[in-house]
Amino acid sequence: MTATAAPRSNASPAGAGTAGAPRAKWSGPTREYDLAKEFVVALVVVAVLTAALAALFSSPDVKQITIASWANGAPGDFLLTGAAELDGASASAGYGPPYTSDTSAAQKIGPLAPQNWPGVTHPIDTVTDFVVKPLSGVPGDPALTAALGAFKGATPAQRLTWAGAYDKALQKAPGNDPAKVAAADYGPVPVMLAALLKMAQSGGLDGALLSQGQFFQTDYTMPVLFIADGTFLEDAAVAQHLGGDQWGMMNETGAYPGQPWLWLYTFWYQIKPFSTSDNADALVWVLMMVLSLGLLLVPFIPGVRSIPLKIPVYKLVWRDYYRTQER
Amino acid sequence: MSTWTAGLRERLVRELPPDELLPDRQPSYVASWIYVFGVLTSAAFLVVLGTGGVLALEGPQWWHTSGVGHYVNSLHLWGTELFMGFMVIHLWGKFFMAAWRGGRALTWVTGVLAFLASIGTAFTGYLIQTNFDSQFIAAEAKDGLNSVGVGAYFTVTNFGQMLMWHIVLLPLVVGLIVGVHVVQVRRRGVVPPIGAQDGPTPDPAAGAPGRGTR
Repeated sequence: MTATAAPRSNASPAGAGTAGAPRAKWSGPTREYDLAKEFVVALVVVAVLTAALAALFSSPDVKQITIASWANGAPGDFLLTGAAELDGASASAGYGPPYTSDTSAAQKIGPLAPQNWPGVTHPIDTVTDFVVKPLSGVPGDPALTAALGAFKGATPAQRLTWAGAYDKALQKAPGNDPAKVAAADYGPVPVMLAALLKMAQSGGLDGALLSQGQFFQTDYTMPVLFIADGTFLEDAAVAQHLGGDQWGMMNETGAYPGQPWLWLYTFWYQIKPFSTSDNADALVWVLMMVLSLGLLLVPFIPGVRSIPLKIPVYKLVWRDYYRTQER
Repeated sequence: MSTWTAGLRERLVRELPPDELLPDRQPSYVASWIYVFGVLTSAAFLVVLGTGGVLALEGPQWWHTSGVGHYVNSLHLWGTELFMGFMVIHLWGKFFMAAWRGGRALTWVTGVLAFLASIGTAFTGYLIQTNFDSQFIAAEAKDGLNSVGVGAYFTVTNFGQMLMWHIVLLPLVVGLIVGVHVVQVRRRGVVPPIGAQDGPTPDPAAGAPGRGTR
């Protein structure tokens, strides 16, 4: 590339107006600059660098958790989750929109609860969808059929009483082992949850929660919510440093870089008031939307747009130009 | 009476003259390594599109069962890391150059929009890995999106929807924004040094050109 002091003959009046102002043309010295060559060289360099990084470091691929692996790996946690789906104590049961109609559960930003605005777009009844409906498809089990009949025939209050009592007793039982639950009237709940565990361990519940009666299905909302209601998924994630208080959203499994560009979003979750707020997600999201808008509108924000003047990095970028000017 | 086609052609030639779209000379101040990061970002974008295209040919599960597939997935991952890294350096470089001066605010705005859209694109990529990472990210991210009402429409637990966003909609959006951004760069030219010619202050609404900010 060679520089020349000859100004461009087609220079138009320089303008420093708004985005819609007439284009400004440089009338000072120019230099040869081969954009096409630069792009081709850059493409080759990036392709080679990418190929080398991929060959050296590969990419992580930790297998997903299935409901079967959860039920076999932590049957106690699975049963507790099943009981919580029945007595309404699970995160999904009391989530609010877009899954359930309890608007009081929604996160708030001051007086506003945008979570409630779209309403229930993905309705989930944890009792029916996670327990009763899958079990209704189990053939050849008279005890289960009778238990389901008793459960369906009971009043909502009676169901909650049975499920709540069993949930508490299971929590107190050593190892959350159903065989060690204190004797009491739990109605049909123990039989139903034992059958649900058996179905899950065989892999049947994975299919039942996903298919929802359809052959083709790509919506994993129900199985993801059900698994996330237990502690098995969270524990596995924490072991992979993916937890919310471990900067998890920007991490990857293993020692791989994940999404480091999400550092600021993840950062807010690590500090108060966000780290201790029930409305942390909504507050962080709104904060990030405001900050993103700020970044977008930097050229129009007095003070912010002048920061580059106060931190003279530009003098480093254009050091040759300024050196020439000083001469 | 001029046809629409002729009108469009005349407008394109007027607004985007070839010598401005693909100039072979640049102002002499365009002489820093920071300028390389824009073209590196574009190159990495092509690598990401290419490797993603190969993954799309075989489907989202291929890379779990094929050594070649796993390598292509690794190319896609590292291409993305480089793409985002180059873009962040490019963005901060332009910030410290106050590159919105001289009627270049739209160039900055489209650049930031490309950055934000790329974050969304990368995020949906992590959601469709069909492994533990994507499973947990979906379980966690749904709460953030639901908390502001977005999750009702943009459902991170819906693999099919996220796949479509990742391989069709968002690359199209990023590609379009990057295209507009590059055209803006070419139309407006590379921003001059602070204090030179058309950019006396970082204020895009500033009036007369001048020196005095150095």
